[in-house]
Amino acid sequence: MVSTFQHIGRYCLLLAQVFTKPEKARVYRKLLVEEFDKIGLQSLGIVGLMVGFMGAVVCIQTAANIESGWVPGWTIGFTTRQSVVLEFSSTIACLILSGKVGGNIATEIGTMRITEQIDAMEIMGVNTASYLILPKIIAAVLIFPFIMVIAMFLGIASGAFVGLSSGIVSMADYQRGLMMQFETFQITYSLIKTLVYAFIITSVSAYHGYYTHGGPREVGQSSTRSIVYSMVLILIANYLLTQILLID
Amino acid sequence: MNFIIGRSGCGKSVLTKCVVGLLETDEGEIHFSGRNFTGMDRDERREIRKEMGMLFQGSALFSSMTVEENVLFPLKMLSAMKPDEMLDRANFCLNRVGLQGKNNLYPSEISGGMQKRTGIARAIALNPKYLFCDEPNSGLDPQTSILIDNLIRDLTKEFNTTTVIVSHDMNSVMEIGDRINFIHQGSLWWKGSRSDIITANNQELGDFVFPSEFMKEIRDNLKRTRVR
Repeated sequence: MVSTFQHIGRYCLLLAQVFTKPEKARVYRKLLVEEFDKIGLQSLGIVGLMVGFMGAVVCIQTAANIESGWVPGWTIGFTTRQSVVLEFSSTIACLILSGKVGGNIATEIGTMRITEQIDAMEIMGVNTASYLILPKIIAAVLIFPFIMVIAMFLGIASGAFVGLSSGIVSMADYQRGLMMQFETFQITYSLIKTLVYAFIITSVSAYHGYYTHGGPREVGQSSTRSIVYSMVLILIANYLLTQILLID
Repeated sequence: MNFIIGRSGCGKSVLTKCVVGLLETDEGEIHFSGRNFTGMDRDERREIRKEMGMLFQGSALFSSMTVEENVLFPLKMLSAMKPDEMLDRANFCLNRVGLQGKNNLYPSEISGGMQKRTGIARAIALNPKYLFCDEPNSGLDPQTSILIDNLIRDLTKEFNTTTVIVSHDMNSVMEIGDRINFIHQGSLWWKGSRSDIITANNQELGDFVFPSEFMKEIRDNLKRTRVR
């Protein structure tokens, strides 16, 4: 229990250090562009692939479960849209990203710690927490929503492709399902969740990397811990945000 | 040239890390030119840290940056120089340590000796008042070690820096050490010049500096020569 409070306290202190005014804005801008590529563009493929296949599977599973004829055909489009927009494009995709992006961040910063690269920066008087972590948080918070919107499109499109090509749903039914009881707030809700998840993934992973001590084995452990903690926090945040945003 | 020597695990590196502020001290004070470093906040320390350069045991070069970018890093982060001036300064430092033409290589593409020299070039980029070197010869062959020792000695004179070297390489100590501090069991056990080491009547120091019968024989010969 004490250890948990110690972690929370140290995490908060680290964040306070991260969100201090950057000394050289020009240097940070260059780092930000690099992080957009590393965290954002290089994650697009895996997220698109994952959500795309999820959309296709949801479409087929829904069709397989409404064969009785009592349930209207537009349910396929409706279910695919709801699953992809509300959960797959945000929560499930971010769980995957906590492995890819989070693990990468913890390993990168952890390796810099054990090879004394962070100490070398500290000696120079650089605010290492801000220099190493702030660009990653900003990049993730800014680019994850764009990735999620693309993922939503791919998930719904792949559902349509599979549904139409296998003949389990007509275009008209699928479209009708997509538009059924649609509220733009569903997109907003998903994007709000994505922003929170982006912050969790980058800050928690950076925290575990930043406080790595030892050698390569400890870097591996930090990476694993960062993924597990990020996933657990994402699931808790998902529950809390859903409770707050969807239940009046 | 101040040397801190002692057996592995005696606290040399911890002492240096305390001095440069990477570790907090439990007690005592550290002063830089009369300024109490231990009592300072982060911003005040930052000003003093601009006056420090450090060469790490494993070089601690930024692996994602080229040799030139490593040397440019402190200039970009801490100096008010224009880009051209920074580049000139980086090239000057690289030339000074004999790494001209290696600007675009990554740390993984150069030898251990070159990595040390890049570390030195980065440490002197901001023209420091204080230069700290943690085991500058570790992992290097004897000839490269001597090259690094001479380089540190020459730069200390050229830039008029106060240099503190942590080492257990007695060859370096006897070659370039002016003031030697022997740490044993976490405290300062002995201090003096390199010539004092030979005549010092200190069991622990003697065992550390002259560990083998062969070395003890050399010491005794040197003592006899001095008596004559």
